[in-house]
Amino acid sequence: MYDTIIIGAGMSGLAAGIRLAYYEQRVCILERHYTIGGLNSFYRLRGRDYDVGLHALTNVTPKGTKTGPLARLLRQLRMKWEDFAISPQIGSEIAFPSARLRFDNETDTLRDEVARAFPQQVENFDRLAREIVEYDDLSEKHANLSARLVVGSIITEPLLVEMLFCPLMFYGSAREHDMDWGQFSIMFRSIFLEGLGRPQAGVRLILKHLVRKFRALGGELKLRAGVKQLAVDGDRVTRVVLENDEVLEARNVVSSAGWCETMRLCDDGHPVVNSRAPGQLTFCETIATLDAQPRDLGHDRTITFFNDHDKFIWQKPDGLCDVRSGVICSPNNFAYNEPLDDGTIRITALANFDRWRDLNEDAYRLEKLRWYDRITESAVRFIPDYRSRVIDTDMFTPATVVRFTGHDNGAVYGAPDKQLDGTTHLKNLFICGTDQGFVGIIGSITSGIAMANLHCLRGEATA
Amino acid sequence: MNAAEIREEVLDILSDIAPDEDLSQLDDDKRFREQLELDSMDFLDIVMELRKRHRIQIAEDDYINLASMSSTVAYLEPLMKDIEREKV
Repeated sequence: MYDTIIIGAGMSGLAAGIRLAYYEQRVCILERHYTIGGLNSFYRLRGRDYDVGLHALTNVTPKGTKTGPLARLLRQLRMKWEDFAISPQIGSEIAFPSARLRFDNETDTLRDEVARAFPQQVENFDRLAREIVEYDDLSEKHANLSARLVVGSIITEPLLVEMLFCPLMFYGSAREHDMDWGQFSIMFRSIFLEGLGRPQAGVRLILKHLVRKFRALGGELKLRAGVKQLAVDGDRVTRVVLENDEVLEARNVVSSAGWCETMRLCDDGHPVVNSRAPGQLTFCETIATLDAQPRDLGHDRTITFFNDHDKFIWQKPDGLCDVRSGVICSPNNFAYNEPLDDGTIRITALANFDRWRDLNEDAYRLEKLRWYDRITESAVRFIPDYRSRVIDTDMFTPATVVRFTGHDNGAVYGAPDKQLDGTTHLKNLFICGTDQGFVGIIGSITSGIAMANLHCLRGEATA
Repeated sequence: MNAAEIREEVLDILSDIAPDEDLSQLDDDKRFREQLELDSMDFLDIVMELRKRHRIQIAEDDYINLASMSSTVAYLEPLMKDIEREKV
């Protein structure tokens, strides 16, 4: 009998596991895949290391900062700032046909850029920033307001509105067309007011630290241990049945598998689809390895968010991909002490899971090649054309995301409606991770910590 | 433990929870929240650390007693009077 079983060894599951093991619970993390990471993971291909998932950590604040999500999660995990070894971004850019805005980890940079490109809007921008700083993410008041309504009522230049939404939606909006004002404020702070960074060794460094810590505290991690069923009796999960028919028991179960995905595991016939609309937004990503550092080819931006017309469209595309917009990331362009060996450019574009799923094997392979070229062709309108310097490539599609993470539709930001308190229809089953409410690396770690605290530690302290 | 020892123990817990805080200037009668960058998650850790280190159970309704150093020590004194402080 475990105190807590956690489904999924991604950022949120590992963080929850550390909290519970630290406070002497018997914890087991079950991971279906043969490796850890989930939506933020890594792999090795033809002798090179690759990251998948987010391009960068958000919420990056300097060492010694006492407030903010990064400082809080380090405290909660009893980890040091150095454990994450985060190097800040060099600087990023929002690129539209008629304007460009740069930003970096200095709060004033974006403001100065707005003043340069939209001098009439500076005061409005300041007002928006003030509203966002004052927004209390714990009170949930006004959280469900339309961000487009709020921002549109403050910023009166539509192009600037679109340019501000573009990076925030790409980095975390599970909802098409619009965001909740609460989510917009949190994302604005984490990207524009705090900042972006990455460990030189990539996301694997963070995952390895989390696993090492979890195991050192006595936590148990089972890989290739997919959950087949959560056996329900009355209002509780009584047994966790694995795909190999092994049966485990725990007082509490915390699942990072996603809301609909977790409901499907329960054998009590609880409605799955009607309980929540699944997410639809997913991506293709191209990865190019170059024989030079991007900087030497004239590209020094860390992340470039591009959109080729003045209106930013955030919705599931009709075709296989939507290449009108995208995110270009060069992992080389962070302020590391040592440069990375290879040059790398990753480009992310919106994609349609159903279309990719319906292809037969030959067509899938062909379309992957075709869309690799189209996505790259679209991106090099906004950065120097690096195509003659490519020495290796890879690409993932929504089908790849589903295969490796088990998340419906490959929806990387989960369902549009979140379960902020993590509760379900069962008294000892809780969800954490993407469908609980926070996204990104820092967001998912925070989610795991918060749900472990709220449901597995708080009440337990007196049990 | 006597009141002074309990105070030392709570300081030790605080430095474990928030290693970047300077605790030497702590005003015992002022709320922790007003002088330290602690949020509700960190407050839970005071409770959890007391439980982990000394097997002291604190009911959720009593968390309010942990607002400042002096109220914490006063609340813990009867609960910890039979506990020996480990030499660090």
